[in-house]
Amino acid sequence: MADVRPLVRDELLPPKPPERRHLISIGDLARDDVERLLTLAKTFAGTLDRDVKKLPTLRGRTVVNLFYESSTRTSSSFELAAKRLSADVMSIKASGSAVDKGESLKDTALTIGCYDPDVIVIRHPEIGAPNLVARFTEAHVVNAGDGKHQHPTQALLDLYTIVEELGRVEGLHVAIVGDVLHSRVARSDVQALLLMGAHVTLVGPPPLIPRGIEAMGCAVSHDIGAIKEADVVYVLRMQKERMLAGANYVPSLREYTARWGVTPERIRPGQKVMHPGPMNRGVEIDGAVADMADALIERQVRSGLAVRMAVLYDLLTHGPVGVKVAEIQAVA
Amino acid sequence: MTPLTAPNRPKDDLVVRGARVLDPTEGIDAVLDVRVDSGTIAALGAGLDANGHRVIDGAGLVLAPAFVDPHVHLRTPGREDEEDIASGTRAAAVGGYCAILAMPNTDPVVDSASVLGSLRERARAEAEIPVGFLAAITKGQTGDELTEMVELAEAGAAGFSDDGQPVASPGLLRRALQYGAAAGPTIALHCEERTLTRGGQMHEGETSAELGFGGYPSIAESLMVARDLALARYEERPVHLLHLSARESVEELRRARAEGVAASGEVTPHHLTATDERVRSLDANVKMNPPLRAEPDRAALVEALRDGTIEAVATDHAPHARHEKEVPFEGAPFGVTGLETAFSVLYTRLVQPGVLALETLLERMTAGPARVYGLEAPRIAQGAEANLVLLDLAGTWRVEESGFRSKSANSWLLGETLAGRVALTVAGGRVAFAA
Repeated sequence: MADVRPLVRDELLPPKPPERRHLISIGDLARDDVERLLTLAKTFAGTLDRDVKKLPTLRGRTVVNLFYESSTRTSSSFELAAKRLSADVMSIKASGSAVDKGESLKDTALTIGCYDPDVIVIRHPEIGAPNLVARFTEAHVVNAGDGKHQHPTQALLDLYTIVEELGRVEGLHVAIVGDVLHSRVARSDVQALLLMGAHVTLVGPPPLIPRGIEAMGCAVSHDIGAIKEADVVYVLRMQKERMLAGANYVPSLREYTARWGVTPERIRPGQKVMHPGPMNRGVEIDGAVADMADALIERQVRSGLAVRMAVLYDLLTHGPVGVKVAEIQAVA
Repeated sequence: MTPLTAPNRPKDDLVVRGARVLDPTEGIDAVLDVRVDSGTIAALGAGLDANGHRVIDGAGLVLAPAFVDPHVHLRTPGREDEEDIASGTRAAAVGGYCAILAMPNTDPVVDSASVLGSLRERARAEAEIPVGFLAAITKGQTGDELTEMVELAEAGAAGFSDDGQPVASPGLLRRALQYGAAAGPTIALHCEERTLTRGGQMHEGETSAELGFGGYPSIAESLMVARDLALARYEERPVHLLHLSARESVEELRRARAEGVAASGEVTPHHLTATDERVRSLDANVKMNPPLRAEPDRAALVEALRDGTIEAVATDHAPHARHEKEVPFEGAPFGVTGLETAFSVLYTRLVQPGVLALETLLERMTAGPARVYGLEAPRIAQGAEANLVLLDLAGTWRVEESGFRSKSANSWLLGETLAGRVALTVAGGRVAFAA
C-alpha cells in the first residue's frame, strides 16, 4: 500500500493574510520600491491637472491622520491625497483631543483602531511613535515625522522634485545645509539620496552635525563654501523648538546667519535650492534666494500631494505595479 | 556583622547527588554528593548517606556556589507596583542568586536609619533570599548634603551609593570618601557627567546619528570615572564603580588598579552581550542608563571581566511598569530587568562560544561581587552556609513575559532562547527555588 502522507496541521489553517506594510523609514525601502513609488507619483500627478481631480481608487478605505505636532504642508497634503483617492479621511490633532487629558499614545491608537482604519498617518515629537502605533493597531502606518528620526514622505517628494527638475538623481551632488542634528528631513533625505545614487555633503556648524553621521555614507563640511560644488542646495530650518534650552549649539542666530545662511552671494547661477518648510527667511535662507526662479520650494509642496497619493495607494495594493498603474489610468 | 538580612524561615536539610561540583575559589571540580544539614554544608563526598534528607538528583548538572548580585532595584518603598521585596527576591532565587544588594534610589530615598531599619524588618518577613540594602551618599540623593553615614552603617547599610545620580560635586564626593572611612561600607559611584548627557537617549555614535537620538557619549562616563578614581587615589580610599559601559572607563580603571588604587568595577549582562545596534528596533526595552555601546566597548568589557579588572557581574535589575515602557522610545524610562536571565544570557553568549571560561563567570558572579562589598563569599566547603545553585547547562528555555517571577517584564531578552537553566537555588541555607 502506498504511503498516505498525513495531513500536516499547518495545511489545515487558512492562508495567512498578506504582511502589513508600513512606511516608517526610508531605511526600510529598496531602490526598486522608491522607483515604483516615484513612477506611481508621476501617474497621479498627471491626474491633478484635470478638471475633475478625484479618483475612485480607494473608495471605502479609511485613512486617519493623527498629528501630535503642528503641520501645514504634511497634514494638508495627506488629507487631500486621501480625498483625491476617494478614501474616507479623519484628521485628529493632539490639541483638543483626549491627548490633552493625558491619554497615552497606546490608548489613542487602540481607540482609533476600533474604527478599523486602513491607514494611520502619524506625526509625533518622539522617535518610535509610528512603531508603537503599528504594534497596537491592524492598520498600515505611515510616518509623517517622528521626532528627529524620519520623515520618509518628505524624502520621497524631494526625490520626485529633483527628478522632475533635473531628470535624474543618480550622480548628482546635493548639499544639505544647516541644523542637521535636529532634522528628520536630513536623515531621511541622506538615506534616500544615497539609495538613488546621489553624492551628499552635509554643511553646518560642528555642534549641529551629529558625530558619526559620516557612517551613513555622506561627506561633512563645516564651511559654507562647500555648497558651491553642489547641483542642489537643500536648506534646513533652524529648529529652535527642538533645541535644549541653554545648550548653546550656536551662540546666536545672527552669527549663524552670517556664517551659514544661504544668501545670493553663496550660490551660483543654475544651482537649485530646496527647503522643506516652514522657512525662517533671513535666518537659514535669504528671502531673495527663496524667491528666485531656481528655488524649487513650491514645487516640493506640489510634489507632496502626488507622492502621498502614491504612498497611500501603494500600501493598500499588493499586485504587480504595472497592472495597477494601467488600472488607475483606465479609471481616470 | 553581616549587612545581609536573611528571611526569618527555617533552614533546610537536603542532599544533592551526583552533580559536577564546581567551585573555582575552593578549587573543586569533581562529581560528588553534597549534604546540607540545617542549612550548613555538612559533607562532600561520594555515596553520602541521605540521613532521611530530601534528595535531589544532580546527575548531569553543575552544582556551584550561588550568585551574588550587587546591584538590584527593588523599588521598595514607593513603587511596589513594579517590584517589592518578595517578588524581587523570588526573581533572584529563580536566577540562581543567594544574595542581592538593593539600591537606595527609592521613594523615600534610603537616607536615614529609620527607612533602612523598616526595610530590613520587611526583608526578614518577606524576602525569599538574604538581601542587603545600600544607603544614599547624600540626603535625598540630591548631591547637596551627606547622609549620617556612621549611623547608617551601624543600622546595617551594605554600602553607600547615589546610584541613578552622579555625585556631581567633587568637593562633596571628597567629603564622602573622607567621612566614609569612619563609617566603613563601600562607596559605589554612578559615573555620569550630566552636562554631557542632557537629552541623551542612547550611546552617541553612528547609530544615534542615523536614528536621530540625543547622544549619551562614552566620555560622559569615562570623564567621571577618571575624576572619581583621582579622588580615590588622593584620599587613599576604595571606590566601587557601578555598571561600567565604555572602553575608556575600563582603561581608566585598569590603569588606576595597576597604580594601586583600591578601585573595583562591575558590568551588566546587557553591556557584555549587546550593542547599540539593538536600538534600531526602537524597542523601549533596550533603553537603559548607561546605554548599550558600540562593539569595541562590549569587547573591552568582556576582556576586563576576563582579566579581573572588572570583578563583578551586576544585573542593574530595574523593573518598570508596563505602561511606562509601552510608549515611544524617547518617552520611556531607563532600565531593564535582569535577575532571571543573567546567568543564562552570559552562559549562552560568552561561555558557550568559548569567549569566557565557566569558572571565570562563576567567580565574577559569586566571590567577585561579595569581595566588593566585604560580604562572605558563597563557597562549597564543609561547615559553610549552604549557598548553592544547581545548573542545567544543557537545558534551553525561551524568555517569555509570562515566565517572570519579577512583577515587571521589561526584559531586553523577550522572545529569545537561552541555554543554561537554574534547576535549584539554596540561599542562606534554605531552598529558595526548585524548578
